[in-house]
This record gives sequence, structure tokens and C-alpha cells, in this order.
Amino acid sequence: MIALRGIYVIWLRELIRFVREPARIVGMVAQPLLYLILVGNGLAHGFQFRGAGSVNYLAFMFPGIVAMSVLFTSVFSAMSIVWDREFGFLKEVLVSPVPRAAIAIGKALGGTTVAVAQGAVILILSPLVGIALEPGRYLAMLGVLALLALALNGLGILVASRMESMQGFQVVMNFLVMPLFFLSGALYPLRGMPGWLAALMQIDPVTYGVDALRHLVYFRSALLATITQFSLAEDLAVTLGTAALLLVVSTVAFNRTRSA
Amino acid sequence: MGDRIVVEQLTKRFGEIEAVRGVSFTVGAREVFGFLGPNGAGKTTTIKMLATLLEPTSGRLQIEGLDVVRQRQEVRRIIGLVFQDPTLDDRLTAWENLLFHGMLYGLSQAEIRRRAEPLLEMVGLAERQNSLVRTFSGGMKRRLELVRGLIHTPKVLFLDEPTVGLDPQTRSQLWQHIRELSRHHDTTVFVTTHYMDEAEHCDRTAIMDHGQIVALDTPEHLKQVIGSEEIRLTVRASALSERSRWEAELGQSFSGAGTELLFKTRNAGADVARIVQAVGPAIERIEIKRPTLEDVFLHLTGREIREETVSARDAWREFGRRRMGR
Repeated sequence: MIALRGIYVIWLRELIRFVREPARIVGMVAQPLLYLILVGNGLAHGFQFRGAGSVNYLAFMFPGIVAMSVLFTSVFSAMSIVWDREFGFLKEVLVSPVPRAAIAIGKALGGTTVAVAQGAVILILSPLVGIALEPGRYLAMLGVLALLALALNGLGILVASRMESMQGFQVVMNFLVMPLFFLSGALYPLRGMPGWLAALMQIDPVTYGVDALRHLVYFRSALLATITQFSLAEDLAVTLGTAALLLVVSTVAFNRTRSA
Repeated sequence: MGDRIVVEQLTKRFGEIEAVRGVSFTVGAREVFGFLGPNGAGKTTTIKMLATLLEPTSGRLQIEGLDVVRQRQEVRRIIGLVFQDPTLDDRLTAWENLLFHGMLYGLSQAEIRRRAEPLLEMVGLAERQNSLVRTFSGGMKRRLELVRGLIHTPKVLFLDEPTVGLDPQTRSQLWQHIRELSRHHDTTVFVTTHYMDEAEHCDRTAIMDHGQIVALDTPEHLKQVIGSEEIRLTVRASALSERSRWEAELGQSFSGAGTELLFKTRNAGADVARIVQAVGPAIERIEIKRPTLEDVFLHLTGREIREETVSARDAWREFGRRRMGR
């Protein structure tokens, strides 16, 4: 009972903070747009897509950019634990009777909700890159984003549990978040990549989330087979499995976290 | 038994360093108990162990008969903690901070509202309860934290250096609130400080140094440890010839030279009256100098309360404090 209360309070706080910071919302929507407009257009006009000359690159990139937004938001939301544990609300929660596991779960759910809300806003912009989503597919995409966000929040909480100070933040950014993004197939397809790169991309759990999103974007399209790498079932299974695993591991890690 | 906190032979090691070295004491219900010592004396480590945040290396810890290590969850329900660093969420309103806190302790919204009103009234924040905490001054934040620590009516409220970074006026105001709380609620207040003058607000004070308690008593008794108070008087130069007559009458000689005389005593209050009677109109000025806890600390440890070297962690904490606007 007190555990459910705890999860609810931590989730609610995450939401209230998000809604109260319009600058953050604008920033998180603007960043993917910048990628799309500046990087996307540059690549689209500078290079030709191997194996599928007629693919609209911006439409190809779009699911990847949505996944990127979820990736950044999720990991950073979880990383705020490090600061919060020392100087914030979380320190207070750690001496309350709420079990540690409930704190980790509340945090993961809060971060996921925020990330999906941002994804929902970005997805509304899909007609700009020539994608027309009917409500069913729109909601299905949100579902995939939620799974992906859960996995990434788990990852963030895991890292945050092991981190003592914010000094490691840049390291995490450079050696975890950016590789996860670059290797996810958001910018280029897995197919046709050299073996070592393809292998790395297959290890990256974000790859499967991006691929699932492309399944939905190119649903019943002639390009589906060219653009996607795995079956939708595989994508969902891997993402769900990663989310479950990371949530369990991160909850255990958070349980052991130093609270002082 | 009136003992609300029982600590027996408590020790804590961090690798090679023994931060707390065999500390024992008890604290009664409704007592305001002070923990005084320089930074790094082991005060915060002790409070963290009592507050379930750190496991002791050895020793016994009980709060209300509950074992702090083995019955951690139960203990957490009956303690409140105000940290050295602010832990309010400054993007939330004062009321939301209290609400979320109360919910974490399983209270209903109506109950939280009912308890918060008089407390907010007392600390003068009732009108500001719907403002965002980021608009609050350092003193306001501290008062709100005090209220928050009390929402779940803890049996013991731990205050770790509650007045650090506050101006003197706010500090004394906060102490007034702390005293009021212990009087009106069935709450034991356990407070650490490295300000000597603040220990005077406590019913009893333990002086800690290098991980050990070097003295534990009421502030009055602690001061008697170093013995006498001192009466200083300035007399008219023309009356100096009478000094030996005054001394005979008082049965004790003055020290000091010229018109500045010093009189050592254990009971300055009564002796002032006797001196006034003996010396009479020759007195130009008279004052009682009482020993401060600063003197007591110096006497017990041979050192002034020392300044600690700043570690990287402290520097980070300082940055945090500034960022949180304190």
C-alpha cells in the first residue's frame, strides 16, 4: 500500500515538474526538429540511399529521431537521480517508509510518461516529412515508445545507482547515450553495413525500437521489406525483454544504492 | 521508561577511519538534545545511523524500543529528518512539498491539510503555501522543511545542522520554533550543530570530538565544568584605598590591577549583590562574565572548534547549496 503510494507520488512529481517547465518542453521538441531539418536534409541531398533509391530519407529518419528524443529524455530523467539523491526530494524519500524498489519503479514510470508525452508531440509533426498516421498507428507507435522508454529509464537508473557524483555525467553522455543513438539505425540502415558495425548495431537495444517504429510507419508499404531489418514480433520481443531485464536489474541496483 | 533513544557502544568505520568510536547515550521523550562538535567530529555519521541511512559497524541503536538496524521500516515511520542540505523540490509549491511528504507516510490529503495548517501558521508561511518553493528565501525554506519533518508527527525529529547558512536573526527565530515544537508536540528533537551558542538552546548537549563524546550534560552544568564565572567591576580611583576592606568583607580577594577588578565565583548572581553591598557607591560599572560553551569546548579538547579542510565532496555540496539558493 505504502509502496503504491510511493510509486504514485514519485510519478506525479515527475509529471508536475515536466508540465511546469515549458522551456524544457520546447527544447525537447526543438532538438529533434533541428536534427531532422539540418542533418536530415543534409544527408538526404548529399548522398544516395543504397539499395532503395526512391526512399524519402526524411521519412526514413523520422522514427529514428523520435526514438532519439525518447532516448535522451529517458536517460537524463533517470540521471537526475544522482543530483536528487544528494540535494533533492529523493533524499527525503529515502528516509521515508517507502521501499526503495517503489522509488525506482515510480521514477521509471515518471520518466517513461514524460518521454512518451514528448514523443506524442513530435509524432504529430509526421505529416511534415510525408508520413500520414491514422489514429491506430499513432497509438501503436506510442506503445512502442513506451516500451523503449521503460528500457532506457531502466538503463538510466542503473547507471545513476552506480554513480556517486555528476562528474561522470559527460562520460555517460559520450560513451553511452551517443553510441546508443548512432548505432540504433536511426540515421542509416543496418543492412549493408560492414560486419563489425552491423554486430554492434544488433547489440544496441534501441535498434529494435527504431525498427518497430519503422514497421508502423511503413505499414503495408511496398518499401517495408527494404527498410525494416527484423520482424515486428522480434522487435517487440527484444524491446520488451530488454525493458523487463533492465527494470529488474536497475531496481536491484537502486536498492543497494548508498543513501547518504 | 522515558528513554526514547538508546545508543550503546556505537561505532562506525569507513575502511581505516573510525568515524564514531564507541558512543553511548540516551535521550528522553520531549527532550531537545544537542550534538555539538566541529565538522568531522562524527555528528552527521551518528545522526545518519540513527536515521537508518547508514549501518553501524557495531553497537546497539534503539528508538522507541525498536531496533534501528533490524526494524528499519518501522523506525522510518516514527522519525523525521531535516537535512544539512535542502531537500525541498523547488519546482513544487510549499503545499505540494508537504502533500507529497505526507502521502509517502500514508496520510490522506485531508489529514495532511489538517496537520499542515497550524504548523504553517506557526512558522509564518500560511500565506505562501501555494507559492513555488524556488521563490522562497533560505530561512523560509528551512522553516518549511521543519514543518515537513513534522507532518507525520514523528516521535523523533532529527535536525542536522539546521541553521547553517542562515543569518543570525533567522537562526534565533528557527530555534524559537524548535523549542515551541518540543513543548507542544510529543516530539524529541535531536539536533546537531557546530555553533556553540546554539547548544545553549538544548535541554542537554553532548560534545563530540574525534568520534567520541567528551561531555554530556545540560548547558549550565557543562559550563560549570570549567568552573567559575567572573564578575568584573570598575571602581572609582579615589576609592581604591578601600580595596583591602572590601576583600575582608567579602572573604575573598580581587584579582586585577588599578580600577579594573576581577572576582572569581561559582555563583555570580548572589555575589554581585554582596559586592554591590560591600563596594557600594565606589562602583562605576559592574558586569558578569559567564563562560560560554566555546570556553567549555576549548577546555575539554584543548582546541578551538576547528575549521575542516574542504574536500571535493564539500565543494560539491557548497555548489549544490548555492544552486538551491541557500
